[in-house]
Amino acid sequence: MRALLLGLMLLCVLLAPPAYAVDAALAQRIAAGDNDEKVAVLAKIVAAADPKDIPFLQSLAEGTVTLDGKPVEITVNNRLRREIEGAIAALKLVDPDRTTRLAAAKELSGGAEPGMLPAVKKALATEKDPEIKPLLEAIMATLGIKSTDKAERLAAIKTLGASNSPTSRTLLAELKDDADVEIKAASQQALKAVEGRLAWAERAGLLFAGISLGSILLLAALGLAITYGLMGVINMAHGELIMIGAYTTYLVQNLFRAHFPGAFDAYLLFAVPAAFAASMLVGMALERTVVRFLYGRPLETLLATWGISLMLIQAVRTIFGAQNVQVENPSWMSGGMEILSGVVLPYSRIVIIAFAGAVLVGIGLLLAKTRLGLFVRGVTQNRAMASCVGVPTARVDMWAFGLGSGLAGLAGCALSQIGNVGPDLGQSYIVDSFLVVVVGGVGQLAGTVLAALGLGIVNKLLETWAGAVIAKIVVLVFIILFIQKRPQGMFAMKGRAVES
Amino acid sequence: MTRFFGPRGWTILAACAAVVFVVFPVLNLVVPPTSAFHLSAFWVTLIGKIMCYAIVAVAMDLIWGYAGILSLGHGLFFALGGYAFGMYLMRQIGADGQYRMNMPDFMVFLDWKEFPWQWWNTEHFWWAAILVLVVPALLAYVFGYFAFRSRVKGVYFSIITQALTFAAMLLFFRNNTGFGGNNGFTDFKRILDIPITTPETRMALFAITGAALIGTLLLGRFIVTSRYGRVLAAIRDSETRVLFCGYDTVHYKLFVWTLSAVLCAIAGALYVPQVGIINPSEMSPANSIEIAIWVAMGGRGTLVGPIIGAFLVNGGKSVFTQYFPEFWLYLLGLVFILVTLFLPAGVLGLLDRWRRKST
Repeated sequence: MRALLLGLMLLCVLLAPPAYAVDAALAQRIAAGDNDEKVAVLAKIVAAADPKDIPFLQSLAEGTVTLDGKPVEITVNNRLRREIEGAIAALKLVDPDRTTRLAAAKELSGGAEPGMLPAVKKALATEKDPEIKPLLEAIMATLGIKSTDKAERLAAIKTLGASNSPTSRTLLAELKDDADVEIKAASQQALKAVEGRLAWAERAGLLFAGISLGSILLLAALGLAITYGLMGVINMAHGELIMIGAYTTYLVQNLFRAHFPGAFDAYLLFAVPAAFAASMLVGMALERTVVRFLYGRPLETLLATWGISLMLIQAVRTIFGAQNVQVENPSWMSGGMEILSGVVLPYSRIVIIAFAGAVLVGIGLLLAKTRLGLFVRGVTQNRAMASCVGVPTARVDMWAFGLGSGLAGLAGCALSQIGNVGPDLGQSYIVDSFLVVVVGGVGQLAGTVLAALGLGIVNKLLETWAGAVIAKIVVLVFIILFIQKRPQGMFAMKGRAVES
Repeated sequence: MTRFFGPRGWTILAACAAVVFVVFPVLNLVVPPTSAFHLSAFWVTLIGKIMCYAIVAVAMDLIWGYAGILSLGHGLFFALGGYAFGMYLMRQIGADGQYRMNMPDFMVFLDWKEFPWQWWNTEHFWWAAILVLVVPALLAYVFGYFAFRSRVKGVYFSIITQALTFAAMLLFFRNNTGFGGNNGFTDFKRILDIPITTPETRMALFAITGAALIGTLLLGRFIVTSRYGRVLAAIRDSETRVLFCGYDTVHYKLFVWTLSAVLCAIAGALYVPQVGIINPSEMSPANSIEIAIWVAMGGRGTLVGPIIGAFLVNGGKSVFTQYFPEFWLYLLGLVFILVTLFLPAGVLGLLDRWRRKST
């Protein structure tokens, strides 16, 4: 392949007489001179900053240049190759194509040679792209800081001080023992500014990660807050209802891929109601066949629903196989928003946070404003009295359980966008979901929300200094201690329902 | 309940003891392997393993059936006992491991130069035995003290015990905890300097397990028929009333909770040398919930029932995972559902109903 490419390139070179911008004399010096000579010539080419020289440099890197119509072999050692690559990147900075420029700027951010300063300067003069320009400025500053001219160094420090990248922090930190007092003071001041901003960026990123985890916990726990909190059913199959939602999303995705590939990006809009409906139907079927015989005996619902969860897991294994399945994000959910350099908020997470908020508002309205919500609250507070005044308690139970299950399906749909979808999906969320409900307080939506967000944020904060596993353990220990203090959760239910 | 400890019950117990201590050893060691009556090593290990589970089930019955506290974390105490004794067994391997070093293979692999502090003194059998009893007892006591003092009960208690075992599982899955990460302990060679896989050693372990099971059963009987046991049952039925009668329920619950944990740990310690492996998956919440179904299946609050349940479920598991592996979870799930829906008193309750009908 390489040989073929080389051959092709050679052919092109032979057919079209050299159109390098490099003048013949320089090319001659490269061919004949020693390594130092060659580097000097390269510096000149870079200083000229003409993208037309790129093919010449590329062929040089390959080890042949065409001089006077005939190819000349040139030995290229590692030092020279590095120089040549740097030179190519420097020249690409003025390439008309945006992606090429961006790639070159990114490459040079890693390490630029002082000789490239003129090329960078020239590129900066014409650059207007908001993404490339800061990169170029950073490169300028990196180069300028090593300059011998004091004014240039101070200017570079000022530029670095205004940037938000962790590399500027490292560069400025190197200057803190500089011989020149003025530079030392300036760099310290700049360092403080950068560090302050970076700390804020990190904190913002952490908070976002915490809220993101919290919104996932919230989605997983909302359904439980209804089935456990309002109905007193320990639904250990809740995790599997989440799994069903995720697999429904997978099926809808496949359907779109097979039949409507053009509308693939819209598949989530259909997956959301489908996941809700699938989990709700399964949940209602469970309520009719098993759960309704066990009201008032929470520990027994725990065992029976655990049995259901085992069967659902095995059923999914039989149908879809034990391996994880692939659920692809629609294109509008991939990528992310960079609030500061180094802190990227993925769109998928933002969408899930918004989704969790929307679901929360929806369920709150449903419980507070609709007839079904009124009945559910009535049955929760006093089943016998509700029944006496004509509330069809059995039907309300079924709908309430279906609602909780449907919420699990929505959680599954959301989770399929950020994690693995497999038969064990539900198991990994069930313990967390119960903890959220228990900490939040039974039967309290507000408690569930606070507990989910709180646990999410605390977990992420601990993770930064203790690692994920230790953080989880610390959170669990914390919850155990918390329940000591407030056995009924954050928002304890008041009144007669407490003791029984 | 007393019925099972009437003359008939004692006869059955004596017969079981005779089978464990005389019939099985003879069938395994004396009867030649070619004979149809030979008891193979597979069966000895299987029955020995299930007897360990039966000890756990009786321990669970003491706390759930008699005190009304459903623990979803008993797998943790079982595993802790197993790990404590497993450390001794790992030390017994000596330099016979893969790397020919006087250290467990996983430590050599992690390039550790000396044993971490948890391993202090574990080369001694007596120290391992102390660890088996003390570590789970301490954990259970501290956890129980906090939980019972603030009257955490019912579902809350179940869920935080589940969280506890889940946290421990995560901890033991880590390599740097010093317990072999997700591989746990395995490849044991010797116990008390005797090779561990000979038929004689295996039979000895089997007999000790049988003795432990019978001992647990008798201890359980002693407890539940005592005045203490009757207070416990009263707490199960209405804790508030017992409190009003002037009993300090915390200590009653705490004692049976800690005892139950220690019994589980002993079962774990007996389980490890027979099965030859212990790893963190023993602490998964699923395992702990399964213990509850052994008890529920046999019959809560009967002591004998849980043993029957442990044998039925685990025997069924061995058969099914061998012949129809993909149906096992369906069956187990179905058992969970059917037992809770139709057999609130378990298999023993079913027998009771039949007997009452026939008389």
